[in-house]
Amino acid sequence: MNRKLLAGLMLGVGLSVTPALAADLRIALNSDADMLDPDQSRTFVGRIVYASLCDKLIDITPELKMIPQLATSWSWSDDGKTLTMELREGVTFHDGEPFNAEAVAYNIERSMTLPESKRKSEFTSVESTEVTGEYEIKFHLKNADATLMAQLADRGGMMISPKAAKAAGADFPTNPVCSGPFKFKERVAQDRIVLTKFDKYWNADKIHFDSVTFLPIPDTTVRLANLRSGDIDMLERLAATDLTSAKADSKLKVESATSLGYQGITVNVGRGEAAKKPLGQSKLVRQALSYAIDREALNQVVFEGAFQPGNQQVSPASPWYNKDVPIPARDVEKAKALLKEAGFDRVEIEYSVPNNPVQLQIAQVVQAMAAEANIDIKIVSKEFAKLLDDDSSGNFEASQLGWSGRIDPDGNIHAFAVCGAGMNDSAYCNPEVDKLLNDARVAPDDAARKALYDKASKILDEELPIIYFYHLKWIWALSSKIEGFVPYPDGMIRLENMKLAD
Amino acid sequence: MLSYIARRLAVIIPTLILVSIFIFTLQKILPGDPALALAGEERDAATLEFIREKYHLNDPIYLQYINWAGSALKGDLGISLRTNEPVTKLIGSKLPVTIQLAVMAMIIAFLVGVPAGVLSAVKKGTVVDYLANIVALSGLSIPNFWLGIMLILLVSVNLGWLPASGFESIFVDPVRSLQTMIMPAFVLGTSLAATLMRHTRSAMLGVLKADYVRTARSKGVSEHAVIIKHAFRNALLPIVTLSAVLFGQLLAGAVLTEQIFTIPGFGKLIVDAVFTRDYAVVQGVVLCTAIGFLGMNLIADIAYFLLNPRMRSML
Repeated sequence: MNRKLLAGLMLGVGLSVTPALAADLRIALNSDADMLDPDQSRTFVGRIVYASLCDKLIDITPELKMIPQLATSWSWSDDGKTLTMELREGVTFHDGEPFNAEAVAYNIERSMTLPESKRKSEFTSVESTEVTGEYEIKFHLKNADATLMAQLADRGGMMISPKAAKAAGADFPTNPVCSGPFKFKERVAQDRIVLTKFDKYWNADKIHFDSVTFLPIPDTTVRLANLRSGDIDMLERLAATDLTSAKADSKLKVESATSLGYQGITVNVGRGEAAKKPLGQSKLVRQALSYAIDREALNQVVFEGAFQPGNQQVSPASPWYNKDVPIPARDVEKAKALLKEAGFDRVEIEYSVPNNPVQLQIAQVVQAMAAEANIDIKIVSKEFAKLLDDDSSGNFEASQLGWSGRIDPDGNIHAFAVCGAGMNDSAYCNPEVDKLLNDARVAPDDAARKALYDKASKILDEELPIIYFYHLKWIWALSSKIEGFVPYPDGMIRLENMKLAD
Repeated sequence: MLSYIARRLAVIIPTLILVSIFIFTLQKILPGDPALALAGEERDAATLEFIREKYHLNDPIYLQYINWAGSALKGDLGISLRTNEPVTKLIGSKLPVTIQLAVMAMIIAFLVGVPAGVLSAVKKGTVVDYLANIVALSGLSIPNFWLGIMLILLVSVNLGWLPASGFESIFVDPVRSLQTMIMPAFVLGTSLAATLMRHTRSAMLGVLKADYVRTARSKGVSEHAVIIKHAFRNALLPIVTLSAVLFGQLLAGAVLTEQIFTIPGFGKLIVDAVFTRDYAVVQGVVLCTAIGFLGMNLIADIAYFLLNPRMRSML
């Protein structure tokens, strides 16, 4: 045989057994991210991209404990008004600029003052920052704020390169420069976002992909088809109805985690004509509606049992859940009795629902269950932007709405339940609840905070300005060749330790 | 010919102005606050006010239109509320995608629809005719989204021949570009082919009854030449007009098909923009598709002249 040919063949064989050098991870997202600037962006999928692109001061564990990322340790002053952070040394941004206390000061300042910043409300307690060393920074607060840590563990704590931010100005989102494990390469709107491995990443040993590509694929069936055909390696938010078939496929594996958010009915109890109907006027009617709903049956019928039934602003899986206020079992007789007590034989409710098939299906199940308890629900299906508009202006009686959830329990309740707060669409106002929720913000430790939230959830469970139904589960499907993925309740995809199986 | 084009252009410009005013007003009547839609979960009062100020949503509607139209004349269609990108840039990046999809779909439609129409007219009443009609009817009545998903499941998931969805620019990687576009183009093409087939068939049937065809046949012209030279060339006129209209519609974006195959074209752009009340994008895309549509009609009219000697002599 020709020697050259033999050598060629051997080379070919050699190449074919060597693992592919450029390992690209392709992840399908439910929708396209908005602006790639941690201070300006607002979408959930944007945060998934940031998990690979931008490191934060603090990270969380799957159990929601705060752990170091760019900050290595931190301590609070006794009055809870000064937070001192020690920062990681030897970290560089993607443009080669060093990460230090000055950079943190700049980032916090930018979050608080950039006109386009959507982080302003997250830092209202911050008075100023003080650089006390190359790698030490102090946050001076106007008042104690237990929720600040959670903000620093999300977009508020993401660090971008000050030099790049100053140079780019409003164009920063088109070429974001952070310090995460991957750096920005390119973006084609509505098609893909490509990141490549950052060699100087402080934790580079744990990163096993050369690049990661995020592809927005809105249709759930098509997302799964792409995974099956091998065009992608992983997808987020598998439809609950596809769970059975995905689990049956030996080439795939499925992971899930209960989300931090909630889904339920927001009731207008305090604004305009709509609040003067029986549902808005009487907590007994709201309790009747809550008793009329079989939350587990709802979960089975609409989501094939994949989600988590619930009755509080946090899920039963959360360390902040109040176990003394359990999920009520369905009790039609009790619901009817409560209606009677409130002075009604039958009540009618106008129920706003976003016009998508799943939401409408939930509404129909609720409608059927409520009808058996003499509650007649009239479903008004609205396009989402219109629903938001009506809800925030008090033009609704009851609305089927959810919340994506925050790490700190404050983020799930304060803005929704305190008198006149930004997202208090119910227009609920109870000074006792206000005091509990405000005190929980400044309480010294988690145990003290938990006691306050427990008291508040007791009251809210009786008054029901929001009737909680269930909590979504984040469901990921991935190729069985991928190892090391850890599901987190915040729905993020952390690429540390993830790799292709040998 | 030139004066004819000038006359047509004189109609096009007022049409565009009317379309833009119509869409502008219609959008503002849409319920839902763009600031709220844009702010999403971060809807505190300061954020909402900032958005309203930044995008002049507090101005009276006529002022908003005048500002928009003034910039549009200078080639500036504003910036997207959602991504902060200039609308012209967004359109510039989506237009080639949509044009490529439209051209590929038209080629498929033409290759299938026109020969099938000619054949079923010539073989009227035979098995071939019935078969072509059944296929055409199925092409028209099978919903695009269903056919799309079935194709993905069959061709990509089961057979593994083509990528399931996505897009690659034809200038970056022509092979992959064709691979990703062939299924969506086929899905769009089949329904268009059905329309084309039906029209070709009826046009051919009309022409085949004409006196000059009978004359040609009696002169002893071969059947093949009668069909191609005498009948088909004359039947082509209504087909050209129809194709231009169909192509114009494709330029407006094939919403469902783009959604299923995740193609970043006009259809996806405008649907996302409507849901987030991204006025500038909706306005820009509508203007652009209106121009495209009117342009295609103009081209159809010009093609009429070129194909039909009788109209040329009228000038």
